[in-house]
Amino acid sequence: MTEVVRIETPLTHEKAAQLKSGDNVLLSGVIYTGRDAAHKKMVEALARGEELPFNVKDQIIFFVGPTPPKPGQVIGSAGPTTSYRMDAYSPTLIERGLTGMIGKGLRSAEVVDAMKRYGAVYFGAIGGLGALLAKRIVAAEVIAYPELGPEAVRRLEVKDFPIMVIIDQEGNNLYEIGKAKYRTI
Amino acid sequence: MKIINVNEIIEAVEKMCIEANYDLGNDVMLSFQRALKSETSPSGREVLERLIENASIAHEERVPMCQDTGMTIIFVEVGQDLHIEGGMLTDALNEGVRRGYKKGYLRKSVVNDPFERVNTEDNTPAIIHYDFVSGDELHITVAPKGAGSENMGALKMCKPSDGLEGVMQFVVDTVERAGGNPCPPIIVGVGVGGIMEKASYLAKKALLREVGVHNKEERLAKIEEKLLERINKLGIGPQGYGGTNTALAVNLEVYPTHIAMLPVAVNINCHAARHKEIILKGREY
Repeated sequence: MTEVVRIETPLTHEKAAQLKSGDNVLLSGVIYTGRDAAHKKMVEALARGEELPFNVKDQIIFFVGPTPPKPGQVIGSAGPTTSYRMDAYSPTLIERGLTGMIGKGLRSAEVVDAMKRYGAVYFGAIGGLGALLAKRIVAAEVIAYPELGPEAVRRLEVKDFPIMVIIDQEGNNLYEIGKAKYRTI
Repeated sequence: MKIINVNEIIEAVEKMCIEANYDLGNDVMLSFQRALKSETSPSGREVLERLIENASIAHEERVPMCQDTGMTIIFVEVGQDLHIEGGMLTDALNEGVRRGYKKGYLRKSVVNDPFERVNTEDNTPAIIHYDFVSGDELHITVAPKGAGSENMGALKMCKPSDGLEGVMQFVVDTVERAGGNPCPPIIVGVGVGGIMEKASYLAKKALLREVGVHNKEERLAKIEEKLLERINKLGIGPQGYGGTNTALAVNLEVYPTHIAMLPVAVNINCHAARHKEIILKGREY
């Protein structure tokens, strides 16, 4: 395992450029949540010429729809959802300055192209790690689309949130590199 | 002849929805341990260690192991000498889901219609499969299924001339296409034969089998072993980060089919392979 890189948000282009595919990252600071329905609403809002519910410049979106918090919990279980369903929307947000996405699974060529062109990083969190990841979220607040329930946009504060750089700004992809290394068929 | 009240069914389903989401089965935990020993990739080992830690947190703190607490799949075997009183069985099963998802703080992930997509707010309706069997018992299995792995399933109407090799290649190709999306290490359910929906049903039902338990028929158990070996040579590894443990098990079920057909369905389960079962015995009539 590579050594751990500690990153504080906001994720400026300078910080993002330092990150390489395969880097093990502990992330701290403010990030935002959004998944299928929220992405659709955000991109539709932009098409109508409206503002986004938060300024995406130098920010990270975590693709997640948490479980309802139990009394006393900051947030319920909160692991990543599969990212390709956001592929249709991510390039628009990257073009507006989004520098990071946290999810799991493959991304389209269009997303990778946008990441390379505008400078963004795709991080993987471990899918199915919802109970553990929730403990690294120290604050959570719904800031937009509350009607979407688990899909509402939340502002999260995370502390030492464990993620991995899957695709860096140069387009190096851990899924391809890792698979090639262990493939014997 | 025995009789059972729907309230007993509702309570049992409520409890199973919660426990399935909080308590990962021992069979899966043991397979994580085995994978940890055999995994050659350092990132793969780290993923497995974290999954074991996550399952322990969920169990001890009584929280869902994964935020996708799924659509609720229920398999029911109804003994034909059992009478159900107090309401409809289907309503009782759905009421159990409704209560379990609320009480257990589970995520409500069901939308009312594939096009309108408005959340039903209580995770109903469940997907219910009935089977009628001899006897006077009610056997209920609750298996919450997340979308990340379900979305990676596939069906192919192979030609009989494609044979076993064609079937195996389709299974391996389906897993390869899925990559890291379905949260590997996965469990691969394979249904072969019957007709289109029968193959899909068998693939799903195959996922209920404990990890490490092969098909009782030796020829089919051998196919499971061969498929597992081929899949684990793909290199996808835990979470797709590269490694030698892409799948924990391949479970195959077959059924008679038509002279002109060879349907194959692949249903993938993430590592959070959740299922709880109960046998309700009812009381003397």
